[in-house]
Amino acid sequence: MNADETIMPAPPQDPVTEPWWQATRERRLLLQHCASCERVQYPPRSVCTACVATELGWQEAAGIGEIDAWTVVRRSPGPGFDPPYVLARVRLAEGPVLLTTLPGSGPYRCGQPVALTWRPLSDGRRLPVFAPLE
Amino acid sequence: MSVAVVGAAECDLGVTGLPVLTLQTQAITRALADAGLTPRDVDGLATNGIGRFATTQVAEYLDLDLAWSESTFVGGSAFEMYVARAVQAIEAGQCSVVVISYASNQRSARSRSLGAVAEPALPEAQFEAPHGPLYPASHYGMAAQRYVEVYGHDRTVLAAVAVAAREQALLNPAAYRYDAGPLTVDDVLDAAPVSDPLGVLDCCLVTDGGGAVVLTSLARARDLPRPPVVVLGYGEATTNVSTAGPDDLLATGAIASGRRAFGRAGLTPSDVDVVQVYDSFTITVLLSLEGLGFAAPGEAPGLIGELALNTSGGGLSYCHPGQFGVLLLVEAVRQLRGECGVRQVAGAQVALAHGTGGILSTHATVLLGVDR
Repeated sequence: MNADETIMPAPPQDPVTEPWWQATRERRLLLQHCASCERVQYPPRSVCTACVATELGWQEAAGIGEIDAWTVVRRSPGPGFDPPYVLARVRLAEGPVLLTTLPGSGPYRCGQPVALTWRPLSDGRRLPVFAPLE
Repeated sequence: MSVAVVGAAECDLGVTGLPVLTLQTQAITRALADAGLTPRDVDGLATNGIGRFATTQVAEYLDLDLAWSESTFVGGSAFEMYVARAVQAIEAGQCSVVVISYASNQRSARSRSLGAVAEPALPEAQFEAPHGPLYPASHYGMAAQRYVEVYGHDRTVLAAVAVAAREQALLNPAAYRYDAGPLTVDDVLDAAPVSDPLGVLDCCLVTDGGGAVVLTSLARARDLPRPPVVVLGYGEATTNVSTAGPDDLLATGAIASGRRAFGRAGLTPSDVDVVQVYDSFTITVLLSLEGLGFAAPGEAPGLIGELALNTSGGGLSYCHPGQFGVLLLVEAVRQLRGECGVRQVAGAQVALAHGTGGILSTHATVLLGVDR
């Protein structure tokens, strides 16, 4: 476990991101989907950056991706984190890149396929994290 | 272009125990003295990092009468951006003498933290900080890991950047590591890890320090005591605020920033005699040199130890006061004036200073040359 969620403060949310966070309670990773231009974007925001539409829907990610880059964090960024742990950029099959974590302390490799899993937060929400498919 | 740098100076560096306004005052008054000018001559000021209203803070402290001020706050590249803004303001006639300054007492004040700086109301607090990045080290760690994997390198190519910086610092009496002796690749590889593959010797120093440069019209510059250093070109790029933001970690904003600066100057990398690139981390140097066009992607390691690079010793071994951009300019100016003693690049005519801010977030390039 790379962070003790009983110590780490629960992440904030806001009216734009609340549906995204609520979906994590059901282990669903949402991406914003623009009905006007079909763009898929993450993280959620109040406008489609491709066509400036403001009516944005949601689509559930398949939960498959590949490691774009990774690093073993060796020092703690603050209370609630217990290094070493692996931080990664994961490129989802749908295109967007997420910052997330991988289990253990590596090594991994860029391009390695990974699948979505979840880490619980103290208030019932969850953080999307990933694990190797191989 | 018709604007020149006419003064350049550092404030006290290292561990000073001095208030930040004292350090700012040192930087500004020393640079003005170098230029043969006084605070009464200054009508433009660009600075940041001192209170919420940085330019007004410094202006009141030194009783400056400003017709122009600029305080873009985008990390260490801001000072190269200030050069562009200052050239435009002077050419437009809004002001005539601009000081670009910066100082920090972060080492003495122990104000530097390793953790994320995400503000609660911003997306990074929701989508990045909960995963525990070191800010900014983890972003650079990921870029470094991808760099070595994609190009088939290993950590030694990163370590070589730190070794080269130390060699330069041993030639610069002002450098924090001037007396520290040489560094070996193994020293860097064996140093305490921070965010793999970066260890503590892949990371810049945490010191007090700062500096200032003074700009005015080239016509006026030719009547001042120091040899004018002409601004030949500038460019910048803003890319990302988050770690997940960039599509390609290895294709940084240095590409667009450098292209814009070289285009404006009508120069190419082969015209540059001495290069000052922001070395927040060893990987920053490799990515910046490639982005600027000094080497093809993956090939910057071949330049280390060959190119006249970061002659002060850089942020890695000379000084890193939180934002290093102004000191890139100070060293570039001194090299073009031929003032650098044992570390002087013989006959340097054109210098490049390239600042990077945040997590490879902002990039700004300045080309400087001797007055022909």
